[in-house]
Amino acid sequence: MGTTTYREAVRTALTEALVKDPRVFLMGEDVGKYGGSYAVSKGLLAEFGPERIRDTPLSESTFVGAGIGAALGGMRPIVEVMTVNFSLLALDQIVNNAATIRHMSGGQFSIPLVIRMATGAGRQLAAQHAHSLEGWYAHIPGIRIVAPATLEDARGMLWTALEDPDPVLIFEHQTLYNMEGPLADEAGAVDIDHAAIRRPGKDLSLITYGGTLGKTLQAAETLASEGIDAEVIDLRTLRPLDMATILDSVKKTHRAVIVDEGWKSGSLSAEIVARLVEHAFYELDAPLARVCSAEVPIPYPKHLEDAALPQPPAIVAAAREVVGRRG
Amino acid sequence: MTPDDIKRVIIDALTRIAPEIDPASIEPGASFRDQLDLDSMDFLNFVLALHDRLGVDIPEVDYPRLYALDGAVAYLASKTGAN
Amino acid sequence: MPSLGADMEAGTLVEWLKHPGDGVTRGDIIAVVDTAKGAIEIEVFEDGTIESVHVKPGEKVPVGTVLALIRGTGPERPGHPPGHPSAAAALRTPPAAPMPNAPAVAPAAPAAPSPAQAAAREQPGRVRVSPLARKLAADLGVDLTHMTGTGAQAAITREDVERAAAALKTPAPQPPAPPPDRSTAMRATIAAAMARSKREIPHYYLSTTIDISVALAWLRKENEKRPITQRLLPAALLIKTVALALRDVPELNGYWIDGGFRKGAGIHIGSAISLRGGGLVAPALHDADTLDLTTLMRQLQDLVARARTGSLRSSELADPTITVTNLGEQGVESTFGIIYPPQVALVGFGKIMERPWIGSGKIEARPLLTATLSADHRASDGHRGGVFLTAIDRLLQTPERL
Repeated sequence: MGTTTYREAVRTALTEALVKDPRVFLMGEDVGKYGGSYAVSKGLLAEFGPERIRDTPLSESTFVGAGIGAALGGMRPIVEVMTVNFSLLALDQIVNNAATIRHMSGGQFSIPLVIRMATGAGRQLAAQHAHSLEGWYAHIPGIRIVAPATLEDARGMLWTALEDPDPVLIFEHQTLYNMEGPLADEAGAVDIDHAAIRRPGKDLSLITYGGTLGKTLQAAETLASEGIDAEVIDLRTLRPLDMATILDSVKKTHRAVIVDEGWKSGSLSAEIVARLVEHAFYELDAPLARVCSAEVPIPYPKHLEDAALPQPPAIVAAAREVVGRRG
Repeated sequence: MTPDDIKRVIIDALTRIAPEIDPASIEPGASFRDQLDLDSMDFLNFVLALHDRLGVDIPEVDYPRLYALDGAVAYLASKTGAN
Repeated sequence: MPSLGADMEAGTLVEWLKHPGDGVTRGDIIAVVDTAKGAIEIEVFEDGTIESVHVKPGEKVPVGTVLALIRGTGPERPGHPPGHPSAAAALRTPPAAPMPNAPAVAPAAPAAPSPAQAAAREQPGRVRVSPLARKLAADLGVDLTHMTGTGAQAAITREDVERAAAALKTPAPQPPAPPPDRSTAMRATIAAAMARSKREIPHYYLSTTIDISVALAWLRKENEKRPITQRLLPAALLIKTVALALRDVPELNGYWIDGGFRKGAGIHIGSAISLRGGGLVAPALHDADTLDLTTLMRQLQDLVARARTGSLRSSELADPTITVTNLGEQGVESTFGIIYPPQVALVGFGKIMERPWIGSGKIEARPLLTATLSADHRASDGHRGGVFLTAIDRLLQTPERL
């Protein structure tokens, strides 16, 4: 077992896919000569050549659309969008085409397209490069939304996504790329259907994904030192939600706090709260709670950015409030 | 029907209304209502039971004659022609 | 488990008289339930078919527990899969019966200045209970009324309920104590209801003396005409009089619930019946204002007989909108009763006694009756209470119209 980074794990996954399947190619802004905005694809151009590592013009609508066309034509394109903010320029292609063509064609055509994009804040990239809009995409039927939060998932989700006959969007949190840790040499494809229990516990369920998983695990350790045994769920797949895992956990702990870097209003965290109320009302022993980003465009100054984002102390406080003063 | 039969009928009717009483403890000359804590509904039921068992009509003006054991036996004996 | 009065907290199912698959019609007696007041026949308030029963004979369950599900006769609700009975058809308390254990006053939240607790204080009087805790409390028969919550926003949690349930269990001695006999249970029931009444209801009391000679003379003549089985007691006249007088003063007929007066759905006179061996019940004579005296008398006889043999019906215990007590039977001149909550009034009649009375300028011996009213000052004022007693007097002067 060697030590690796999230960035390297994604690159390994890309390399594996390019080697294994000649239909796979990568395209996006600066993925070739520059090596990717987060240096994920550094070196791939030299290894696989410009046919398979394609730099595109600064036009998200165009190259996402081209990816959809290529997928329709039998290829297995991987499209990289620099950040989720920029993906809004391709919203029409993603929502109106990629998500709908299987349905509009009565099942005659499918779009085996994978779109990777960076999401989230924490690196002082300010309001136009730092939002967490994956919750919006999780609203759309016809696409699958995944959020690798661990080295294993960064390494393994891509191949499984390529095998899916329908579009899959992979959201890589920009603070994770430098995350370092051990990864088994034989690590490979992982499922993209299920949420994972990252820390078992019995007193409350902390439900999160992506960039806030690490902060949530950190909060859980603080809580453990206070005698509160938190279970931490990594959603992994944001659409379709693995409600079975969530419900099983809440039926055990009877309390839940959802940690989501998206804003609260009309969000994925709101969706989870709603489903818990629909399906587990009589299991609840406390009000549900959420720790989300402040409802502001993400600020540039470090102290304001930190203040706007979910942080471990806020998660700990929310958990304490939900657990109450126990006798 | 002898006065003893009538007395038995009376005691039986009373014990149906007040099952806890000891028939031997009923004082012949004292009012049932006081001894047995009967209310007007109990007394009405008592009169109805006597009417049922003995087939006599008892006008309301005669009710006071049924207030105690001695008087009730005498009154009912005269009504039924017992001797 | 229907509430058969403000003081009832739980009941034991004795037997089912109807079973899954049986058709039922509103008013049918479907089960017998044992309470402190004796075995009560439970009537059904829905038409339909018994879908399933959820409580077994011998089980004691709190008021509000679903006893059985009844499939209604109406069309299936859209989206309701077949074989799934409408929840609305669950056997329930008759609508007129007030829920006795409606949220009681919560202990004030501790004064820690957290925003959540500030929110908790916004609704005084509401006990916060988590959904899980509420369900568990119902399952375990734990009373949440006076429990202090330790959860978020001082809510009662599962742990609080489990602790309370464990506390309930622990004092059980090794050889299980024999169940307290009925009179002990009834004593406790009466104690709870009367203490609550005196604690919560600001009573006012009125009294008036009524010349009842005309009514008694009429009654004597009437009974002369009647066969022995149809004779009337003065009590029948008095109950009918009360019922008619309530038409004039409806604010005495009903309930005080959730801080407001709720008018009775009909005039259902609860007639206080003392039981041999102690205790009393006050079951309803339904719609007494509409009954002729013969029918009212027959129903009163039946009610007294069944009260004393312990076979009252659920509606009779749950429905009374006012209580009438006739302690005069025992020789007292007047009675100032304690209102049976959540009712708002109680009428008392004393003994009919010959006393001096001045009529047409002369002193005469007349049979007199003292009528009293205990009433809830939240629901009515003394002036209206006076109007009510005056109406009783007036009605008793024309007994032939009763």
